[in-house]
Amino acid sequence: MSVPFRPEELLATAIARLIRAVPTRHIAVGAASPIPAAACWLCVKQGDPIRLSLLHKRSGNPFTEGSRELFDLTGQGRVDLFFLGGGEIDGQANLNLIGTGAWPGMTVRFPGSFGSAFMYYMAGRTVLFREEHSPRVLVERVAHISAPGVSAPGVFRRGHAQALVTGRCVFRFHPERARFSLASVHPGESVESVRAMTGFAFDVEGEVPETPAPTQAELALLRGPVCDEMRETYPEFCARVFGRKVAA
Amino acid sequence: MTPISLEAMAASIPDGASLALPPDNSLPPVALAKALIRRGARGLRLIGVPISGFATDILIGAGCVAEVETSAVTLGEAGFAPRFTAALREGRITIRDATCPAMHTMLQAAEKGVPFMPLRGLIGSDLLAHRPDWKVIESPFAEPALPGGEKIVLLPALHPDVAAFHAVMADSHGNVWVGRRRECATIAHASRRVLVTVERVVEGNFLEDERLCPGAISAAYIEAVAVAERGAQPAALLDEYGFDSAAVMEYARAAKTEGGFAEWCAAHVFAGRAAAAA
Repeated sequence: MSVPFRPEELLATAIARLIRAVPTRHIAVGAASPIPAAACWLCVKQGDPIRLSLLHKRSGNPFTEGSRELFDLTGQGRVDLFFLGGGEIDGQANLNLIGTGAWPGMTVRFPGSFGSAFMYYMAGRTVLFREEHSPRVLVERVAHISAPGVSAPGVFRRGHAQALVTGRCVFRFHPERARFSLASVHPGESVESVRAMTGFAFDVEGEVPETPAPTQAELALLRGPVCDEMRETYPEFCARVFGRKVAA
Repeated sequence: MTPISLEAMAASIPDGASLALPPDNSLPPVALAKALIRRGARGLRLIGVPISGFATDILIGAGCVAEVETSAVTLGEAGFAPRFTAALREGRITIRDATCPAMHTMLQAAEKGVPFMPLRGLIGSDLLAHRPDWKVIESPFAEPALPGGEKIVLLPALHPDVAAFHAVMADSHGNVWVGRRRECATIAHASRRVLVTVERVVEGNFLEDERLCPGAISAAYIEAVAVAERGAQPAALLDEYGFDSAAVMEYARAAKTEGGFAEWCAAHVFAGRAAAAA
């Protein structure tokens, strides 16, 4: 028997599985979408011994030296996992948070690069997340590189993308060949439908499974204790996805 | 310590000054930004530490800004910053794009009084390609992980003309209290002048209170304090008041057009002064 779930809940549980796939002591969440934050809280509420540092948490913010402490910690290798997105993401996992058209984004300007040009190199690994999965977002080659997917020899780099989670599928990233492979497709999608909506070439190795639906236990945690933790930082998201308004 | 008026503080920031501001989650001086709009400031060069938000967007919308150096301009959950986006497209402002730790590092160099500091990352990013002031060198120190040598970026010290933020309180001696938002201390240490708005002024000396002093910034760095109640709104202020997401959403909708922004300004920037003058 399956319980109806929202797409955001499927994505949060898919990201939670990527978190658990690798030993993880400390996750930092920056200005990313609330869905990765929900995935982290899901792991914590399931009892995983993970330290979670949320840059935008207001009460109880973990950074007592200001937000620069996030970058200092990451520079030292104390952050195992970080999340990044992009206005454009290409097949080599390059991220563009600047914009399209001539520099600095004269056709469409995105907000800017945030910490990506440091965090992508220095975090133990990065899960890339972008809900919109279309040829305008997943492009063959980004217009501008905020942060590169791989680095040349002679550049210190601790980690790379582990995976790219979108509204249609999960891609795994292979830094040694600088390419994505298709790890799973969400319900209603296929290898062909994903290929039709993806601007870059990717690898398909054998039979591609469907992304598992959230379990009843996962949904109960997301809608209860996870939502409780997130309401202060992401009120609009919690109201929209979990139907829970913030008390005035 | 005698506070000055908010309007006097705004008047003391000259046209063309570089002005460092914290983002929406770290004590932005929104009331001061509105006072700068009322005084008709021009040519400001804003520095987002490390990103920029609501205060930057309203200053740009009002024509006060020539340049922004920052890692992003965003209204958070309310989306893209509409007046920043429009001004950039129309060529009325320039942007010097950075990444968050680069903004902190450049200020930390200024804080230490050294000409530059190194930062990892950046190499292979187009940010670096557009920053001729950022230099790549061969590290003079061995990195075990890179036996062939390490390329690393040097960033110049950044000394803003003015730093401004909204603290919770000032004491009788002009010390201000920012709690854990210590990036405000970095901005204060690095800047030539520091102007602070506060919710209130209290008796005593934070530096003599073991529990308050770690969140305090010494008056040694601070030129002037002005009282501006609810001076960070619609942004949050520590545990004093929360983020007014409805107000920011309303702004984001209104500021999609120049006319909508002008109406928003009439209601939210100039209305108070008209009432005070009446």
